[in-house]
Amino acid sequence: MAEIQEKGGGGGKGGKKRAKKQSTKIDMTPMVDLGFLLLTFFILTTTFAKPQTMEISMPVKPKTQEEQSELKASNALTLLLGENDKIYWYAGLPDAPTAPGVQTTTYAANGIRKILLDRKSNPDLVVLIKPMEKARYKNLVDLLDEMNITESNKYAIVDVDPRDEKLVEQAKAEGK
Amino acid sequence: MPKVKPHRAKPSLDMTPMVDLAFLLVTFFMLISKFAPEEVVVVDTPSSTSDIKLPESDILTITVDKNGRIFYGVEGQHTKRELIDKMSAKYNIAFTEAEKAKFSNTASFGVPIANLKQVLNASESQVKNINQPGIPADSLNNELGDWIYQTRLSNPKVRIAIKGDSDADVPTIKKVIKTLQDKKVNRFNLITDMEAKPRI
Repeated sequence: MAEIQEKGGGGGKGGKKRAKKQSTKIDMTPMVDLGFLLLTFFILTTTFAKPQTMEISMPVKPKTQEEQSELKASNALTLLLGENDKIYWYAGLPDAPTAPGVQTTTYAANGIRKILLDRKSNPDLVVLIKPMEKARYKNLVDLLDEMNITESNKYAIVDVDPRDEKLVEQAKAEGK
Repeated sequence: MPKVKPHRAKPSLDMTPMVDLAFLLVTFFMLISKFAPEEVVVVDTPSSTSDIKLPESDILTITVDKNGRIFYGVEGQHTKRELIDKMSAKYNIAFTEAEKAKFSNTASFGVPIANLKQVLNASESQVKNINQPGIPADSLNNELGDWIYQTRLSNPKVRIAIKGDSDADVPTIKKVIKTLQDKKVNRFNLITDMEAKPRI
């Protein structure tokens, strides 16, 4: 089969001239070359990594007002996703954010993750995620991922309240 | 007196096993590889620590690129065939057999249905030059909602995945999610890249 063939050396000196016997071996080098070429091609083009996915279940739209449940202010944590990868956050509801009011944080490990972990002692905590107009999609995914990492299971993606916008404006004016 | 030459063995190496293995690997990769369909738009998805894999089949992908354009793609030729029939009936746009066949081989598109013919009649190389403005998903003219609804009629098993670019803007994503919720789709997937899970 495929083996390096040396052109027949040695012999042939003197003696009778014999009809050359055709070798039964075929030179398979080109075929093997092609084989390896294909191998390289398929190795390089195969995509093993299937994309990951995050499953999201949004709440079913309530038909009536009564079906909606009230959220206690002590159990609420509001995260407002702002521009330039900033998070504005406060505890409580937008009517009366509990002290110290709106604060800013980042998506770094000691930013939002710490805040979420600090509040894990409250099993009824509901995190309200409010992506604002200027936020990026990456911010939303990052935050959902933080929820996954910190195992905070109660969260909702909510529309931004006009009161929230005011709070953020205020926080910006204060230079946060 | 002639010198006695020692008989040298030819430096021959039996490569049969190596070649066998090589061809085995070729066969393996040929069978396993599935060529990625050509994307009309390049999207850089954000990463997440989620380790759920996207299911193999019956995926409806809504792609949002960084300019906020919405692209629509669904797997399965039969589904697409049925879908184009239903959509052409709904919007009163007649498609020829050739156009329908082309549609069932198109991976994704991002034009309003009125301009779909233009994309279907373009050749492979021309498609790239067509400016695809994205599928309208406004509350007044929500074609995306119709595409989703009709796809779910054609293939009830379909699972919906949103593939958004890291820099896609939130209002567009919200528009897509709102459209999905209007069509009573409350469970969907966000396609992300892999990222190692940090220790906490």
